Amino acid sequence: MDIRMKNMTLCVAAALAVFGCGKEEPKSEAQAPAPAAAPAPAPAPEVVVKIGHAAPLTGPQAHLGKDNENGAKLAIDEANAAGIELGGAKVKFELMSEDDQADPKQGTQVAQKFVDAKVNGVIGHLNSGTTIPASKIYFDAGMPQISASATNPKYTQQGFKTAFRVIANDVQQGATLGDFAAKKLAAKKVAIIDDRTAYGQGLADEFEKAAKADGAEVVAREFTNDKATDFAAILTKIKGKKPDVVFYSGMDAQAGPMAKQMKGLGVKAKFLTGDGGCTPEFIKLAGDAAGESNYCSLPGVPLEQMPGGAAFREKFKKAYNADIQLYAPYLYDAVNVMIDSMKRANSADPAKYLPEIGKTTYDGVTAKVQFDDKGDLKEGPISLYQVKDGKWNYLETMGGAPAAAAAPAAPAPEAAKPAEKK
Amino acid sequence: MDIFIQQIINGLVLGSIYALVALGYTMVYGIMGLINFAHGEVVMIGALTSLSIIKLLAGTSLPGPVVVLIGLAGAIPVCMALGFTIERVAYRPLRAAPRLAPLITAIGVSIVLQQVGMLIWGRNYHAFPGLLPTTPRHILGAQITDLQVLIVVLAALIMAALILLVNTTRIGRAMRATAENPDIAGLMGVDVNQIISITFVIGSALAAVAGVMVSANYSIAHYYMGFILGLKAFTAAVLGGIGNMGGAMLGGVLLGLIESLGAGYIGDLTGGFLGSNYQDVFAFFVLILVLVFRPSGLMGEKLAERA
Repeated sequence: MDIRMKNMTLCVAAALAVFGCGKEEPKSEAQAPAPAAAPAPAPAPEVVVKIGHAAPLTGPQAHLGKDNENGAKLAIDEANAAGIELGGAKVKFELMSEDDQADPKQGTQVAQKFVDAKVNGVIGHLNSGTTIPASKIYFDAGMPQISASATNPKYTQQGFKTAFRVIANDVQQGATLGDFAAKKLAAKKVAIIDDRTAYGQGLADEFEKAAKADGAEVVAREFTNDKATDFAAILTKIKGKKPDVVFYSGMDAQAGPMAKQMKGLGVKAKFLTGDGGCTPEFIKLAGDAAGESNYCSLPGVPLEQMPGGAAFREKFKKAYNADIQLYAPYLYDAVNVMIDSMKRANSADPAKYLPEIGKTTYDGVTAKVQFDDKGDLKEGPISLYQVKDGKWNYLETMGGAPAAAAAPAAPAPEAAKPAEKK
Repeated sequence: MDIFIQQIINGLVLGSIYALVALGYTMVYGIMGLINFAHGEVVMIGALTSLSIIKLLAGTSLPGPVVVLIGLAGAIPVCMALGFTIERVAYRPLRAAPRLAPLITAIGVSIVLQQVGMLIWGRNYHAFPGLLPTTPRHILGAQITDLQVLIVVLAALIMAALILLVNTTRIGRAMRATAENPDIAGLMGVDVNQIISITFVIGSALAAVAGVMVSANYSIAHYYMGFILGLKAFTAAVLGGIGNMGGAMLGGVLLGLIESLGAGYIGDLTGGFLGSNYQDVFAFFVLILVLVFRPSGLMGEKLAERA
């Protein structure tokens, strides 16, 4: 409790500091050149380009939100240091960071705030639940939006030409999970359970398609809900079908107890789940059932396997004296993709650089970023993990087009055994 | 066949928990004609209180089952006090009011307790430490853990004791008298207020036991856990005939079996047309059928209108 409070205060303090700097800097710089400008004619005028960033900066996900913000800020600082010019004017990038509390209602308010403040583009939000409702507001305002962590397919399926993401979505994830079950786990029979939420249902459908295409038989398709604790009946039914793999599409609060009940009922299948269950919480809730028969997936690539990942980690550590939590490298790429598009359009005007985002080909630290016509990452990579010694251990990465630098490193995952991941 | 037996066992375990909670609803209804919607939240408070005690003691050298027993022993008085307070503060002042007033108060108390639970224990899910042996036993090809055996046996024992209490002791006689007519019972020298308090306290103690059972069996506890459980238990009480203790037990076990067999076989029986997402629909469908043909529940007696 104390630790959490301390973290919160730190976060708030840090957020204030960031804000304070952001507000003061232009003032001091505006004043500084003024006396100097008097004798000599001013150099090219400086234009301020504001980029909005939204994530939960308070509450239980505050550490992830702060991590996102730092990733974005690092890219902004580097762009400012590089002295980019757009349309003949020197540009100063500014990050306008807002707290959406991971709450869809708050998310739309933040979105409206960005539109009213006439920011030049938005990076975020962190959660699918906030990103999707906010994307409508950005679309109506013609405001480009790049999310680096919202994976729900709906986000890019609304036909909004302003919405992009630099992370694989759940369609890609579901297909990879299906391939993994059928090919790597050599499952002939699979059972699928989903929690009837938009996320769970979507991911399960994609998993089913891919597993069937790979020749696996779906012996059971069962359902529960995101508040349930008793899975004995459906697991018993599944036990009778003797599957090799049970796939659960939902969150860790159900996945953990489900793995435990599977063990209690003597279901001898491997347990596989998506990113919703890929958390330390799963291991806590599964208790003694959290053994090596449990697998999960996360969109993206672990930093160790990323082209330029090690260099990014160093830069990040140096700038913030903190370790990367989760999505910071993706945020870094998202901001760079936006700035890269502005450079190619030679303008920070949303109407002018928006068409350029879709044409992006950018070697990021996470992947080679190219968008399909919906704004999704082309061939997003998905990483798989297995429980070992009470922790999720990196197994391998499937799918996706890693950047050029990753090509020679491709065999590396086999060589670099999971043990290396701390 | 082993799968069928397994489903029966699943249903029995789930049903025993429903039955214990349903007893709390049915006792209060039988005596006061009030549906105490806050009962599910008492279960939640019991589960989380015992969990806090267990987490405190988990580091010590005490054996697991003893730690759980101490947790249970701590949760029971807390829930008893809670039940007593709820009746005293929220229901007693409204005893003369129209029936709708205490019903709405009950819903209000339920919401208040949920929020209190959230404030104390947070929004996160809590894992119940694996202190109890979970090695499965094999019966006719089906598996059952010691804990599950304990749940069924303990629930049956508690219910038997309760029936003995109501039917053979002085307090039990006073309870039955109050249920029949509180005013006349009062005239006959029964302290009605005290009897109603005792009823709430006993019901809350059962809720604490049920709470510990649920969280130990599913190894998870959460501030919202009481709501769904309470609703299911209330359904079980109505199914068996609310106000009737034997009915609550029958209703609980029956509901557990229906859910378990429904989820297990409905998909195959309907050729995949209905799936396990209709688990709850199936349970409520049976409830509606029973109420159509026996409006007072399976074991409910036709109550004479109170004057």
